[in-house]
Amino acid sequence: MPPVPLPESARKHMLRTMMLIRVVENQVQTLFSENVIQGTTHLANGQEAVAVAMAAHVNPRRGDTVTCTYRGHSHALALGMQLRPFFAEMMGRTGGCSKGKGGSMHLTDLSIGLIGTFAVVGAGLPISVGAALTAQIKRNGSVHLAIFGDGSVNIGAWHESLNLAAVWKLPVIFLCENNLYGEYTPYLRTSPVAHVADRAAAYGLPAIIVDGQDAEALHAALRQASEHAQNGSGPTLIEAKTYRYSGHSRTDPAAYRPAGELEQWLARDPIQILADRMIADRQIDAQEIARLQAEVEAEVNSAIQWALAQPFPNTETLYEDIWAS
Amino acid sequence: MTVLAYRDAVRRALDEEMARDENVIFFGEDVARAGGVFKVTPGLFEKYGEDRVRDTPISETAIIGSAIGAAITGLRPVIEIMFADFAAVAYDQIVNQAAKMRYMSGGQISVPLTIRMAHGAGMSFGAQHSQSCEGWFMSVPGLKVAVPGTPADALGLLKTAIRDPNPVVFLEHKALYADRADVPDGEHLVPFGKAALCRSGQHVTIVAIQRMVQMALKAADLLAQEGIECEVIDLRTLSPLDVETVQLSLRKTARLITVEESPLAGGWGGLVISRIMDEAIWLLDAPVVRVTMGEGIIPFSPPLERALIPDEQRIIAAVRQLGIKR
Repeated sequence: MPPVPLPESARKHMLRTMMLIRVVENQVQTLFSENVIQGTTHLANGQEAVAVAMAAHVNPRRGDTVTCTYRGHSHALALGMQLRPFFAEMMGRTGGCSKGKGGSMHLTDLSIGLIGTFAVVGAGLPISVGAALTAQIKRNGSVHLAIFGDGSVNIGAWHESLNLAAVWKLPVIFLCENNLYGEYTPYLRTSPVAHVADRAAAYGLPAIIVDGQDAEALHAALRQASEHAQNGSGPTLIEAKTYRYSGHSRTDPAAYRPAGELEQWLARDPIQILADRMIADRQIDAQEIARLQAEVEAEVNSAIQWALAQPFPNTETLYEDIWAS
Repeated sequence: MTVLAYRDAVRRALDEEMARDENVIFFGEDVARAGGVFKVTPGLFEKYGEDRVRDTPISETAIIGSAIGAAITGLRPVIEIMFADFAAVAYDQIVNQAAKMRYMSGGQISVPLTIRMAHGAGMSFGAQHSQSCEGWFMSVPGLKVAVPGTPADALGLLKTAIRDPNPVVFLEHKALYADRADVPDGEHLVPFGKAALCRSGQHVTIVAIQRMVQMALKAADLLAQEGIECEVIDLRTLSPLDVETVQLSLRKTARLITVEESPLAGGWGGLVISRIMDEAIWLLDAPVVRVTMGEGIIPFSPPLERALIPDEQRIIAAVRQLGIKR
């Protein structure tokens, strides 16, 4: 699907958000190396365009929801998660979006429609299908997004979800970030078909393959899928061809990548692609980009300082939030 | 009072709650048009329509996962897993997602979900359609586990489960579906975490659930002929667990037997006993006895199956082990 030019304001918002995500992910990596953030984390550098194009189609006030994967910082931030609760959660401190009980792999914020970040591969898909079931029964016109990686497409939950959503014609969009690797193994070594989108035919679903580095192409694909869902035609499978610049998780140097592959993808950086287009259309210049960069860096640094000042949760909260009453 | 079969009590609970709250929906394999393989839910599809009562593909992961998604976004789904054994296919959705989503979100999310499943042995269905699966779920914080043993409890506990804002695993014993007994007329709710005293006696406390309560009552009848009086307790829910009622009984009997239709390892009897050891060991005058199916796997052959599953004779043998002097 080709890009469709968006208004200047929408372009600028997407550009700024992608820059913000990039700065955040780089800072997360640094905070990890300093042991300020513990556990594990999965960075989305290189995949920012998918997140910002997706978020442009989510309206929480209408009841739209999103489930994403443990490589989900980009989605949370694009949807509008505030930086302070984001960083406090990453550090396991009070003030975190989930009071420090979720962490990097379980970011949740109902106010922005993010009903869950799933760290068991494929587990979020049936839950998005259920959110879409609510939409169908309540007839509220909402649209629901299930975001997953190419590594999810061989697990049962994936197939069961596409099938059920197709049978019931539910307003859900299955958005695949195909970053070429399921953990350490290339997609083509685990799939007999070249494209994730090829599998849609098995469920009678429309599929769209889209350049995952081009925010405007993604935006157009998502618009088509969103309209398809809203007019009662059911789900669409979108396959965004993208790439993660870093390894699977913090301990993975990605030594399995062929020489030159990373460089090829770096030459198609999603931030650069949109910035170049805006420069060509005289909507932004290098000076303004530098100003935006300084602005988001200051915002991120301020949020990190705030989060660092938050205490760790009191152990009295240990058994809270298990049961609803 | 009305005499109702256990399966009809389940249906009445569903019917009443669907009539009361339009957010209650119900789906599963063959539950709508066919009324369920155990004929528990006929009529609901006709009464509430295909939006709220749905047949699904054979897809346990999608059934449970989509019910979680619907629960999070404002509905109160009740779903049926045809045989509890099949929950293993979708274990992730139950124990990693439904049970933990509230906690992982710092209390933002509620999962008001009822997962109905038929479990239990006694019908020669073999190893994968006969297990008592309560142990798979009661070890998971974030799940409630209900195990009704009578039509009245099936009605009252299911209504409570559907109104609960948390995920509830609701295990119906398939060998009890045809059992008929009195059920109160009008609104009947049974609270979770409240065991039932089924028979009073001063010599020994027998704690059981579902079909094993019936076995315990049979054993108690036989033992009464020789003057041994058993107190029989039906736990009714395993999470929350009512240890207090067991303690009260032990103040009188000082002897404890648990009867489980499940393996020795990981069973609720072990939890009841450990709680008694921790909280009230001084109440006991004798070693405790667990009657279980040991390390067995449920066989097909009817005589073999009968030999594995505890019955009144094995309970009587357990009581004799205690050497009660009348």
